[in-house]
Amino acid sequence: MNKMKKRKKISGAEAVIKSLLKENVDLVYGYPGGAIMPVYDEFFKFQHKVHHVLTRHEQGAVHAAQGYARSSGRVGVAIATSGPGATNLVTGIADAQIDSTPIVCITGQVPAHLLGSDAFQETDIIGISMPVTKWSYQITKASEIPDVIAKAFYIAKSGRPGPVLIDITKNAQFEMFDFKYKKCVGIRSYNPIPKIDKNKILEAANLINSAKKPLIVWGQGVILGNAEKEFKSFVEKSGIPAAWTILGASALPTSHELNVGMVGMHGNYGPNILTNKCDLLIAIGMRFDDRVTGDTSKYAKQAKIIHLEIDPAEIDKNIKVDVPVIGNCKDSLRMLSKNIKTKSYKNWLKTFDDLMKKEFNKVIKNDLIPKKKGLTMGESIMAINKFTKGKAIIVSDVGQHQMVACRYANFIESKSNITSGGLGTMGFALPAAIGAKMGAPKREVVAVIGDGGYQMTIQELGTIFQLQLPVKIVILNNDFLGMVRQWQQLFFDKRYASTEMVNPDFVSIAKAYFLDSERVEVRSDLEPAVERMIKSKKPYVLEICVEKEGNVFPMIPSGAAVSDVRLD
Amino acid sequence: MEKKILYTVSIYTENNIGLLNRISAIFLKRHINIESFTTSECEIENVFRFIIVVEMTESGIEKVIKQIEKQVDVIKAFYHTDEETIFQETALYKVKSNSLFEERHIQNSIKESNARIITVNPKFFVIEKTGFRHETDKLYNDLAPYGLLQFTRSGRIAVTKSKMGISEIINKFKNQKKKKK
Repeated sequence: MNKMKKRKKISGAEAVIKSLLKENVDLVYGYPGGAIMPVYDEFFKFQHKVHHVLTRHEQGAVHAAQGYARSSGRVGVAIATSGPGATNLVTGIADAQIDSTPIVCITGQVPAHLLGSDAFQETDIIGISMPVTKWSYQITKASEIPDVIAKAFYIAKSGRPGPVLIDITKNAQFEMFDFKYKKCVGIRSYNPIPKIDKNKILEAANLINSAKKPLIVWGQGVILGNAEKEFKSFVEKSGIPAAWTILGASALPTSHELNVGMVGMHGNYGPNILTNKCDLLIAIGMRFDDRVTGDTSKYAKQAKIIHLEIDPAEIDKNIKVDVPVIGNCKDSLRMLSKNIKTKSYKNWLKTFDDLMKKEFNKVIKNDLIPKKKGLTMGESIMAINKFTKGKAIIVSDVGQHQMVACRYANFIESKSNITSGGLGTMGFALPAAIGAKMGAPKREVVAVIGDGGYQMTIQELGTIFQLQLPVKIVILNNDFLGMVRQWQQLFFDKRYASTEMVNPDFVSIAKAYFLDSERVEVRSDLEPAVERMIKSKKPYVLEICVEKEGNVFPMIPSGAAVSDVRLD
Repeated sequence: MEKKILYTVSIYTENNIGLLNRISAIFLKRHINIESFTTSECEIENVFRFIIVVEMTESGIEKVIKQIEKQVDVIKAFYHTDEETIFQETALYKVKSNSLFEERHIQNSIKESNARIITVNPKFFVIEKTGFRHETDKLYNDLAPYGLLQFTRSGRIAVTKSKMGISEIINKFKNQKKKKK
C-alpha cells in the first residue's frame, strides 16, 4: 500500500478561502449573489477563521476594504457577485487606483461556457475595470486560483500599491482540484521597487546642502512606504520646512515645528505662496496633482526640484524635475539624511510664520473663533480635536467639510487621515470608517461627512448597527452641496443650480437604525455633544447644523498659479 | 510647439489576453491615434512583442512609454525613430484578371516595384508588395486607375539597430529567484 496520503481534492471555492487564509486575511467585506454562492458557502464553513462583513451595497464593501487598508497598512478585500455586484465595485476600485490603496476585489462570474452569451448577470468586469486596476485576471479553472490569488496580493501591496480584481467563473468555484499554495515573491515583468541610483542621492544632497530657501512637500508615499521615522529624521536634520498634500497628512504630527501646513487648492497660505519663492523644492512620495500645483506653467519655476518617488511613471509627468530619485523613500530618505548637513533656516521659517499670521487673521480666526451666530465647520473640527486629543483617525468624505477637516484636524499619529483624495468620491467616508475602525480597533474613528455625501452611502448605518461597531459619525449639515455651491457663488454669479438639499431628519434615521444620535444647532451645545459622542462606547451619529453659506478659504481658483492663492 | 514625429514603439510582454486592452487604453485616454499595430511572439518563447506606430512629440512618447512599462505584465517598452529601426510593411492588391492581360502598365508597375504575384485565377489575381509606406502607396496609385477589387496593408514590423536586452532582463530575474531559494 502507498504510505503517502493522497491529498484530498478541494473545490475552487474552498481554495479561495484557503488562499485568503494563506495571505493572513481574517476579514473581508462583501455582498453575496448567484455567481459567487459557492464561495459564500465556504465563508459559512470558515466563519470562525474569516470574518465576512455584509455591507448594504457593494460600494460599501469596497470603500470599507479601502478604509481597512488605509488604517491597518494591510490589504483590504472586497467580494461581490457578477454583473451589478461587480459594477458596483468600480467606483471604489477607481478610488483605490488613484489613491494607491492596496485592495483585492474578488467577483463571481457566470460559468465559463456561458461567457460572451449575455447570460444572466454577465458583465465584462475585466474589461470595465481594466483602466482602473493595477492588475486583473479572469479565472476559468480551479487550478489557477492559488497562483492568481498569490499574485494578486503581491501586486496589490508591493511597490506603489493599488487595486487588483480577480473574476472567478462559477464552474471554477465548483471544480475539484489538488490545492497547493505558494506565496508570490516576484514577477519577472514587474519591478516594484526600483533600485536607487546613488549618484542621484549625491546630486540631491548637494542641492539640499547649498539651498537657502528649501521647501519639502510630502505626500502619501511616506505613509505607504512606512517611512514616517526616516522622514522625520530627514526633516529634523535638514531643518527644512515641510508641507503636505491632503493624502500625506498625519505622516508628521501637525504640531511639529517644521510642519508648515497643507499645499494645494485649499491648503495653507504660506506653503502655497512660498512654493513660488523657494529655491529648492523637495517632493517626497507625491505626484504633483493639479489640485496641488494649480497652473503647472507657473509652478515653482524659480526652484530646482528634487523628486523622491517609487513610480518611475510619475517622474516628469506633470512637473519637470531636476533630480529624480526613483525608489522606496524609506531607503532614499535614509541615504539622503546621511549625506546632508544639519541646518536651520530661521529667517525662511519666519516667512511661513508671518504668512500663517496673515491667514489666521483673515481666515482661521473666523473659522475657529467665529463671532457670527451660525456654527462653523472649523469650530466643529476643533471640538473633535479637543475631546479626541488628536488621537483619532479622521475619515472625511468629499467637499467643504473635507477641506476643513484636513486643514484643522490635529494629527499626532500617522495613518490618521483617511479621505478620498484623487477621485473625490462622495459617499466614501461612512463605509471607509467601518473599515478604518476594524483595521485599527484600538483607535477612535471619527467620520466627518457632509449632508450630501452622507446620503450617498447612508445605508451602511445598517452595517454599523449589525456590527455594533463604535464609529463616531459627525454630519456637518449645511443643507447644501457646499463645495459646488461655493463655486457657484464665486464663479457662476450665485446661480445655485441643484445644490440646495431638502434633507430628512438625520437623527430619526440614525434612531431607526437603533443608533444613538443627537443634533446640535447652537454653539453652547457643541462641545458637550461632541464630548458625549467621544465618551460613548457605542456607534454614535452627531448632526451639527452649520451655517448654510460658509466658504472654504484660502483658495487657489482652478487654473491659477499657487501663488495666486486667495484669502477671501 | 514641440514637433510631432513618427515613433516605433516596441513592447515586450507576458502572454496575457487583457494586456492589449490596457495598452490601447493608454493611447486612447490621451487621444493618440495609433497609425499601425502588430503583435506576435518574439524570439523568446512565451514573450510577445507589440509594435505600435504613433505620431507624437518626444516628451509625449516618453510619458506614454513609462505608463506602458508600469503595467504589471509588460517586461520592457522602447521607442525608436525611423532612423533607429529597420522596418517594413506588406500590402496586398486584388485586381481583375483581364486587367493584367490587357494593361501592359500593370505588368510594368509590378516589375518596377519589385512586387510579386501570389495568386492568379480566371477572375482575379493578387499582388503582394513588401516595403516602405511610400512604396506600397506608389503601387497603389499605379494600380488604382485600373480598378482595385480589394486593398489591404499590414501594420509595421520592425527590428531595431540597437540591442533591446530582453533575455538579460529575464535571466536576471531567474538568477535572483535562484539566489532567494
